[in-house]
Amino acid sequence: MGELRAYRALLGAQFRSVASYRVSFLAEMAANLGTTALDIATVVVLFATARAVAGFTLREALLIAGLSSLGFALADMLIGNVDHLKVYVRAGTMDVVLVRPLGALAQLLCMDLPIRKISRGLLSLAVLVAAVRLNHIDWTLTRAVLLVVTPLAGLVFFGAIFVLSASLAFWWVDSGEIGSAFTYGGRDFSSYPMPIFAGWFRTLFAYALGFAFVAYQPALILLGRTDPLGLPAWAGFLSPLVALPAAALAALVWRAGIRQYRSTGS
Amino acid sequence: MDRLDARVPLISEDQQLRRSLVTFRAIVRSGFRRWSTYRQATAAGAFTNVVFGFVRCYVLLAVAAAAADGKAAGYDAEQLATYVWIGQGMLSVIAIWGWTDLADRIRTGDIAADLLRPVHPVVSYLAADLGRAGFAVLTRFLPPLIAGLIFFPMYEPRRWTTYPLFALSMLLAVVVCFGCRFLVNASAYWAGDARGALFFWTLASGVLAGLYFPLRLLPDGVTALLYLATPFPSLLQVPSDVLVERDGPAVQAGLVGVQAVWAAALLMVCAAVQRRAERRLVVQGG
Repeated sequence: MGELRAYRALLGAQFRSVASYRVSFLAEMAANLGTTALDIATVVVLFATARAVAGFTLREALLIAGLSSLGFALADMLIGNVDHLKVYVRAGTMDVVLVRPLGALAQLLCMDLPIRKISRGLLSLAVLVAAVRLNHIDWTLTRAVLLVVTPLAGLVFFGAIFVLSASLAFWWVDSGEIGSAFTYGGRDFSSYPMPIFAGWFRTLFAYALGFAFVAYQPALILLGRTDPLGLPAWAGFLSPLVALPAAALAALVWRAGIRQYRSTGS
Repeated sequence: MDRLDARVPLISEDQQLRRSLVTFRAIVRSGFRRWSTYRQATAAGAFTNVVFGFVRCYVLLAVAAAAADGKAAGYDAEQLATYVWIGQGMLSVIAIWGWTDLADRIRTGDIAADLLRPVHPVVSYLAADLGRAGFAVLTRFLPPLIAGLIFFPMYEPRRWTTYPLFALSMLLAVVVCFGCRFLVNASAYWAGDARGALFFWTLASGVLAGLYFPLRLLPDGVTALLYLATPFPSLLQVPSDVLVERDGPAVQAGLVGVQAVWAAALLMVCAAVQRRAERRLVVQGG
């Protein structure tokens, strides 16, 4: 109970801080909306150049992009602030977090109120709804459940990637932008049909790291298509089975990181 | 202090130009040295540029492969690969994102120290930025380029004039980008912080500079409007177009000319904005 009050105080402080820079807040909210709009616009521009790119039409590509975008937007909204860990470690702010009698991860997430990111989630949802309608999906109960579960699995998976990338800062203070390669890079990668990519790069990102299961494989089931790359249809149901171990691994790495955290001093 | 110059006030009036050049060079060097201390972050950033390069390169190659003539917006596969990897390297040379030095100093009040210096702020920040860009050419431009050369067939320019033109184009891109970033940061003089302006800059610069897709995929009228009426294509699209010889020699040189006009215009606007800001500046902080 006392803990909840503490979190509420933290969030309240953030809320007041946001409220005191109102113009900046509105601008950031609009810009967040714009980021997602541009990601989707990019897919539209690229896929509108030909009838199909790598065997996928614009509307099919939009479904994949929508699924990935919604999963990412949810994760970014709820867990994305952990991205700032490297700044906190470098500046010593992390010490303040650790001496408080509250969970470190939860506090980090409260240190930036992500109201402005809600706009992004809503737009992603709108894109997904539009893409679903454009594709004339042959509805079954399985497909309906899959449509709901996939963005949630995406949330868990991207959340795990956020925490894993951020944890790097515990071992490597100057890790800089390397986390973005997997968070934002992973989002970009998972927004496209996998046959676009090739070689070891596809093997690594799609299957070894698991980004193919965020949107592409489930989208194939929704579309009633077989995978041109030869994975069986049930691969589309694997997203939760990929997301949960990723989250478990992220939790382990985070704890190990906290345990071995050494302050940068002064 | 209300004109664009880098002169150090001197008792004797001789050799003023030489002295201001010496000052400029010293600031360029210190900019280079400052950035050369962030070695690990530099390596991490180069790695990230390479990962994004793979994603963007495969996507554009698939778009070209899907077209009837194997070309996207008039670029063949080799030109597209070069376009992507040059862009990934240029990103850090022009430092398109993440530069908030000026806004931070305005917000904290440290800007007062800059105003006391005998060098115009626009000039000293530009000099430091050129030093930073020089370091980035060595550490951030080459890794993506090498990755591209190893894993993708790349375009080799046919005309020897393309190389010096590209070097000039890259230098102008740095100046244009600096001018834009200075103006975006300078919004903090009025707004207190530059976060809002920075967000819009980040948003617009990526897509309008041609990072996400070559701007020529858009309708011709839109492309022409962007090239001439906005500085964004001068950041990435123009240097890449120059290197992959997307156009004949005349248009190629003309594009660099457009860049030069933007660079000069932006520096003048920066100086004007700085002058106005100094009149109304209230230094914050204690």
